[in-house]
Amino acid sequence: MTTSNMPAISFDRVSLSIANRKIIDDVSFEVSKGEFVCVVGPSGCGKTTLLRMVIGLAQPNDGEVRRFGQPVTGPVRDVAVVFQDYGRALLPWRTAAGNVALALEAAGTPKAERADTIASLLEKVGLRGHGDKYPGQLSGGMQQRVQIARCLAQQPGILLMDEPFGALDAMTRQTLQDEIAEIVAGTGTTVMFVTHDIDEAIYLGDRVVQLDANPGRVAEISDVSLARPRDQISSREAPEFLRLRHVLFAHIERSAHP
Amino acid sequence: MTVWTYRGWLLPLVLLGAAELSIRISGIESLGIALPSDVGRALVQIAGDGTAFIHTWETLAAMLLGLLIGGSVGICLGIFLGLSRLASWTSSLAIELFRPIPPVAIIPIALLIYGFGVRMEAAIIAFTAFWPMLLLTQSAVESVDRQLIEVARVLQLSRLKSVTSIILPAILPRVLTALRLTVGIAFIVAITTEIAVNPLGLGHAMMLAQMELRPSFMYAYVVWLAVLGWVINTGLLLLQKRMFGAMRIEVRR
Repeated sequence: MTTSNMPAISFDRVSLSIANRKIIDDVSFEVSKGEFVCVVGPSGCGKTTLLRMVIGLAQPNDGEVRRFGQPVTGPVRDVAVVFQDYGRALLPWRTAAGNVALALEAAGTPKAERADTIASLLEKVGLRGHGDKYPGQLSGGMQQRVQIARCLAQQPGILLMDEPFGALDAMTRQTLQDEIAEIVAGTGTTVMFVTHDIDEAIYLGDRVVQLDANPGRVAEISDVSLARPRDQISSREAPEFLRLRHVLFAHIERSAHP
Repeated sequence: MTVWTYRGWLLPLVLLGAAELSIRISGIESLGIALPSDVGRALVQIAGDGTAFIHTWETLAAMLLGLLIGGSVGICLGIFLGLSRLASWTSSLAIELFRPIPPVAIIPIALLIYGFGVRMEAAIIAFTAFWPMLLLTQSAVESVDRQLIEVARVLQLSRLKSVTSIILPAILPRVLTALRLTVGIAFIVAITTEIAVNPLGLGHAMMLAQMELRPSFMYAYVVWLAVLGWVINTGLLLLQKRMFGAMRIEVRR
């Protein structure tokens, strides 16, 4: 089996306990190369911990997390992460362009090539002309765009997103949803997108992995057969969208009132 | 601007006038006190003939040299201890044992090693500056946002690169505040050293005036020291505000 046929991410019977409390219990699922998978669940279901295991910032007690068939041992440049708290993930003393440059500096990109790359990345995330502004001068949505641009600068095979739009207002969130879907479409980038918003998970995902909390377990994995590119109005009114919404919410109802 | 702007000066001026009057009326004569008008004249004299500036330079030179040595070693070691848990564990007892030594207790030792002069005083100030800079830098490094450290790890920054690109800029504001506090302590220790043993600088000039039984000059140096202390602190504060005032508008709301 060659690497290219391997799932980009696989959780193989992963469990994690901290101080005798089970956080994650026997989680298994795979994310194929180029797939956009949303992980949705209530707070405390360990979804962020699963994401940190893919990065290599957390290790399971049992089972194994693999990237392209290889067990995860630590962060690699091929895996980029968009953190939820953009205010803390950007360097406040560097401009938007400077923050994007950090990824290029880390990768050892020659100085001469950086400016062009940065300009095209900022353009891609809709920040043309804002390169010389500091994070503190940008709105939350724009700061998150800077973080996305910095991730794209890594040219990652795997893009991990940890509730990236959770702190943004509804309008900005929808705009950024469409932008991220457009950016990753056709690039072959594998995305694991963590959110607590069921609608967002269905709207963005090729598949939705629903987790239960205490301990975190896979409850349901649903395929989303909505056509792409998706549309904030028509896709959200499609019967398939409503059907999935019903299934996922019904599960929450059941687990809340068993 | 109106007269009202200067209302803060009213009380000190009234007090000085009262002191002048009461000394003149009572006809008190003591080597411990001086007429404010005589102090003023002495102040004009030491500033006019340049002696005050020469002594100021001697004191400041010793302070600068000491701060440069003690401060930079303290900052470097503080960064190292802040980054390495093992190093901080290993050294914590030693630090707690050496740190409580009052800097002036180093005077006899420094005197034996260097004799009188700038080097001896700089050594004492270096010892003084070392501890607060070490501890405050270490705690600044330890309190750098974990999120930024994770960003460095995810981007696969080299160890050196994450220190220069993330840790150093992140701790800079706190290190500058630490420096301002340390300069204040160094000033006290410098004057103390000069009064106690070292025959140079403003502290020594005060001692000379005292030995020559010229209280007005003694007081003139006290006033000079107060002004100098104020100038140093205000200067550093302005510098800090200038550096980060601009940034704070640009940095985080």
